[in-house]
Amino acid sequence: MKSEETVIEVENLTKKFGEFTAVNEISFKTYKGEIFGFLGANGAGKTTAMKMLIGISKPTSGEASVTGLDVYSQTDQIKRNIGYMSQRFSMYDDLTIKENITFFGGIYGLDRKTIKTKIQEIIESLGLKDVANKLVGALPLGWKQKLAFSVALIHDPKIVFLDEPTGGVDPITRRQFWELIYKQASHGTTVFVTTHYMDEAEYCDRVSIMVEGKIEALDTPENLKKEYMVDSMDGVFLKLARNIE
Amino acid sequence: MKRFIGFVKKEFYHIFRDRRSMFILFGMPVAQILLFGFAITNEINNVEIGILDKSKDHETLKIINKINASEYFSIDNVVENENEIEAVFKKGEVKAFLVFEEGFAENLHAFHLGKIQVITDATEPNTANTIVNYVQSIIQHYQQELNRTSAPGVQIDIQTRMFYNAELKSVFNFLPGVMTVILMLVSAMMTSISITREKELGTMEILLVSPLKPFQVIIGKVFPYIFLSIINALVILILGVTVFGMPIEGSLILLAFETVLFIITALSLGILISTIAETQQAAMMISLMGLMLPVILLSEFIFPISSMPDILQYISHIIPAKWFIIILKGIMLKGVGLVYLWKETVILVVMAVFLIVLSIKKYKIRLE
Repeated sequence: MKSEETVIEVENLTKKFGEFTAVNEISFKTYKGEIFGFLGANGAGKTTAMKMLIGISKPTSGEASVTGLDVYSQTDQIKRNIGYMSQRFSMYDDLTIKENITFFGGIYGLDRKTIKTKIQEIIESLGLKDVANKLVGALPLGWKQKLAFSVALIHDPKIVFLDEPTGGVDPITRRQFWELIYKQASHGTTVFVTTHYMDEAEYCDRVSIMVEGKIEALDTPENLKKEYMVDSMDGVFLKLARNIE
Repeated sequence: MKRFIGFVKKEFYHIFRDRRSMFILFGMPVAQILLFGFAITNEINNVEIGILDKSKDHETLKIINKINASEYFSIDNVVENENEIEAVFKKGEVKAFLVFEEGFAENLHAFHLGKIQVITDATEPNTANTIVNYVQSIIQHYQQELNRTSAPGVQIDIQTRMFYNAELKSVFNFLPGVMTVILMLVSAMMTSISITREKELGTMEILLVSPLKPFQVIIGKVFPYIFLSIINALVILILGVTVFGMPIEGSLILLAFETVLFIITALSLGILISTIAETQQAAMMISLMGLMLPVILLSEFIFPISSMPDILQYISHIIPAKWFIIILKGIMLKGVGLVYLWKETVILVVMAVFLIVLSIKKYKIRLE
């Protein structure tokens, strides 16, 4: 479901913390319905770059727009149009599934009726009917993550940002999680996902690889593998990292 | 508004489902009040007292025997003239002196009035007060006995004098103190912990990415604690009045207003702490060491500030609790109004505004 409509445009975006340049003049575009993989080793600047796009960190220089809105001046509107799920599982353990959904629906300004239908939808699609009134803390990690993903989408955002969403779960659950991502992208939602699992990179429509604050490669997994003459994304990554050193 | 209600509801879920929070919120105030109250009022046992008997007749002897026979006192020191009293006090050998006037029995029977003076060492004001009460009740008991039997209509007059601390702090001293400490604890410590908890869990990030503005998040988190603190203050006051007979001489409305003012000051301190602390544990340590200790030590709750070194007296000025205790005592014990308390009130308002502005500023910087 990729289209030519751009939803994120980034031009020479830079973030400095004092002398240290965490993100160094990166530029890229992502399109509607695209699954955009944002790869890099720990400390390569992925999270910093993402924080600028979701409006909780101000860029030092450069331009960026998210759903056509400026990241300097329109962060409030941006926040309404995006969903976010962080690498640390972030729902309230001492609230039930229903209460969590109600709460997050509420802070995105959904009315009570919409929240009710959302609860039904989420619980049915994830098969959580029997545990809907159980505390989230009692669920296995895999279920929590699927639930967190659904909650990040509760206000039908145009883009959903996933910060290492599958950290710490087993391969089967990861596979199921990616099925959810595919389904969402097929409805036209752009999925912006950071990961350091290279096999997951293969699932993305396009990937960018960040090394030391710069985007060193950006293309489809197929093209990247061809370009670097390797047969897996892991190989691409290793070659890139070695070249830099 | 709807968002706000949803937020507050969630906050209440957190509080009511956490046993520790519930205990700090509701168990502790009650426990502290009862503990302080009873510990302070009942804790005398075999207290040593001295005697200066200028009369040495059969009545004084009987009274002395009665006092000595009670489980509360034991007679330790007998002096022969007034000048010796201070020396004995200074050595700390006794807590109080009973002084019988010359010709006590004669006066009692001829003029129906005998005089006894109770002089107490009031460096421990609560003990001093209790001693006076007990001595009074023993002597009154003796007087009633005399009235019933040998000498109807006689009266024993007891005069009290306090050494070292003439304006004796009453037993009621503790209640304003406990109330202040608890409100500080609930408002500052609990809010700072609940905010840092969201940081630790990563949910704060989610809230900041949502359309909620940072100040909405903070107000949503703080609001339940305003409400619970007010309930706490009520519980403390009701316990104080019903169980310990604490008076509230002044205006209830003023009392309510000042209490809310203090709660807001404490809450802004809590927010400030949460901007500094990254973990719940750090928040708790900062609250305990940085808030509770000064509040307990430098607020005149337990130790009189006037007898502290100058530097500590200066430091005590920047502690909100000190001013709130003055206000509480003023309203509850002396029954004075804003005319007398405006200075303390203005100081609290200035502190509250300063802390709120500072914590909002710090919070913003953190987001950059």
